[in-house]
Amino acid sequence: MAVIQVQRKPLTFAERTYLPQLFGGMWTTLKHLVGPAETMEYPEQRPAIPPGYRGAPTLVKDPHGREKCVSCQLCEFVCPPKAIRITPGAVPEGMGIENVEKAPQAFDIDMLRCIYCGLCEEVCPEEAIFLQNQYSMTGYSRAEMVNHKDRLYEMGGTLPDRHFKWEVKKAAAEAGHAH
Amino acid sequence: MAEFFFGLPPLVQALAKGILVVLVVFPVAAACSMAERKVCAWIQGRPGPNRALPPMLAWIPGIGIPQRLGLFQLAADGAKFLFKEEPLPDHVNRLYYTLAPVIAMVPAFTTITVVPLGAYLNREGRVIPLMLANVDVGILAGFAVASLGIYSLILAGWASNSKYPFLGGVRASAQLISYELSMTLSVLPVFLWVNEPGSAGTLSLVRVVEFQSGAGLASGWAGAWFLFTMPLSALIFAVALFAETNRQPFDMPESESDLVGGFHTEYGAFKWSLFFVAEYANMIVGSAVFALLFLGGWNPLPWVPLASLLEWLNHVTGSGFWLHPIVGGLVSIAVLGGKVLTTLFIFMWVRWTVPRFRYDQVMKLGWQKLLPLSIANLIAYTVGIYFLQR
Repeated sequence: MAVIQVQRKPLTFAERTYLPQLFGGMWTTLKHLVGPAETMEYPEQRPAIPPGYRGAPTLVKDPHGREKCVSCQLCEFVCPPKAIRITPGAVPEGMGIENVEKAPQAFDIDMLRCIYCGLCEEVCPEEAIFLQNQYSMTGYSRAEMVNHKDRLYEMGGTLPDRHFKWEVKKAAAEAGHAH
Repeated sequence: MAEFFFGLPPLVQALAKGILVVLVVFPVAAACSMAERKVCAWIQGRPGPNRALPPMLAWIPGIGIPQRLGLFQLAADGAKFLFKEEPLPDHVNRLYYTLAPVIAMVPAFTTITVVPLGAYLNREGRVIPLMLANVDVGILAGFAVASLGIYSLILAGWASNSKYPFLGGVRASAQLISYELSMTLSVLPVFLWVNEPGSAGTLSLVRVVEFQSGAGLASGWAGAWFLFTMPLSALIFAVALFAETNRQPFDMPESESDLVGGFHTEYGAFKWSLFFVAEYANMIVGSAVFALLFLGGWNPLPWVPLASLLEWLNHVTGSGFWLHPIVGGLVSIAVLGGKVLTTLFIFMWVRWTVPRFRYDQVMKLGWQKLLPLSIANLIAYTVGIYFLQR
């Protein structure tokens, strides 16, 4: 690598008095002094959440109101800090979605452990778990900081679905095709 | 009222005036800490403390303005300092550890006695200064007492019996000695000029302001402030003032980044806040002395002394209101107060602009730059004043 000799100019008299630099600095700080504050007054003003933001993980339902999670437990296995705990169970009877076979009986995410890495969202084959916009979580106890299933669905809401995988499968099975 | 006051024994009068001045300066010094935080915040693009508000006051319309200025935060901080536990570390020298903050306060407030706070015109049109003690030693007494403040820093550093406070105390003593010289030498030309041949010699700040009270451009040098006739003196005095009050870029004794908290590392609660208030009281007195020496004191503009302003106001409004001594006194206090507040703001502005000097740079600046410069300045002005007043 070429060595570049930097010519260091001797300081001028004005520079050695330090005063022009001082006044230059004061001019800069004066501009900031009269300028608007750069900060946001947080609880009243909230930052705009950019798309793709990784907030708290949530469970979502499809537009027909069906819970999408089939309790395959992939997210539980992939979760690096082991924040997710799923108890699998059967789907409720009589809703016409028996072909889905399974749904979580309990789904707990410990927000004291979650590191917001988004691996659960990435690994989910059912597109059932999403890291959404919520970034502010508080509670008075450790137990309060664990999000249970009902709360996860409440936070997640309903997201649009492009596939309707289980309806397509059901229709195919009824028509006798493989898929 | 006035008759009653002037009928009191002189000692009681002096005591009442002294208590009044302390009662005014102490809250102003405390408010400076909030001003400091606000200036810091604004310079750094933050709003600063703006939340504290006692709930029972929330209904008052317009209360949001003092709230956003942090006035209630200031009150809350003061109350906290009063009521929180006073830590007394085991390893300190208890007597001197407790004594140091008191010693910090005493000189800080004693110097105010020789500083005129304003002036009024009596019925004969003579300017009477408003001050606690109009003594001829004036600024000399001020410098002498202000230098005593250093003992509190040394004592605090030594009594704390740990290394950072000790280093802070050592630095404080070295720095104060270094800058005391240039500070005193830089104001000598002012007094050389003020004490014209044939006049009674005085070191009083009142005389300095009177000298800067020439009316109209025809009065020549007498109307110009010393800032314009002696810019170098003013500069040296200002730099030395920064060093003497331990303000950035000269806050060697505190120096948070390398000495934790310097001399007050081991202090907390009310004792610490006494150091804090003493620092700001020193700043206020220093700013006042600077304003009196170089910024024309209570004269509103160069070549426009207080008396001209009052006469002009009287002429414009057409009433005798402005010639009343009390009104004149209040106007002069407002003018001087405005100058002091501006100077205090510049103190804070500089603090949040420039980084701290290294210790060797502080020493080099003091001994190798400012001291020779102030001596040369003194010699040049001595010669100049000789030819001017011959």
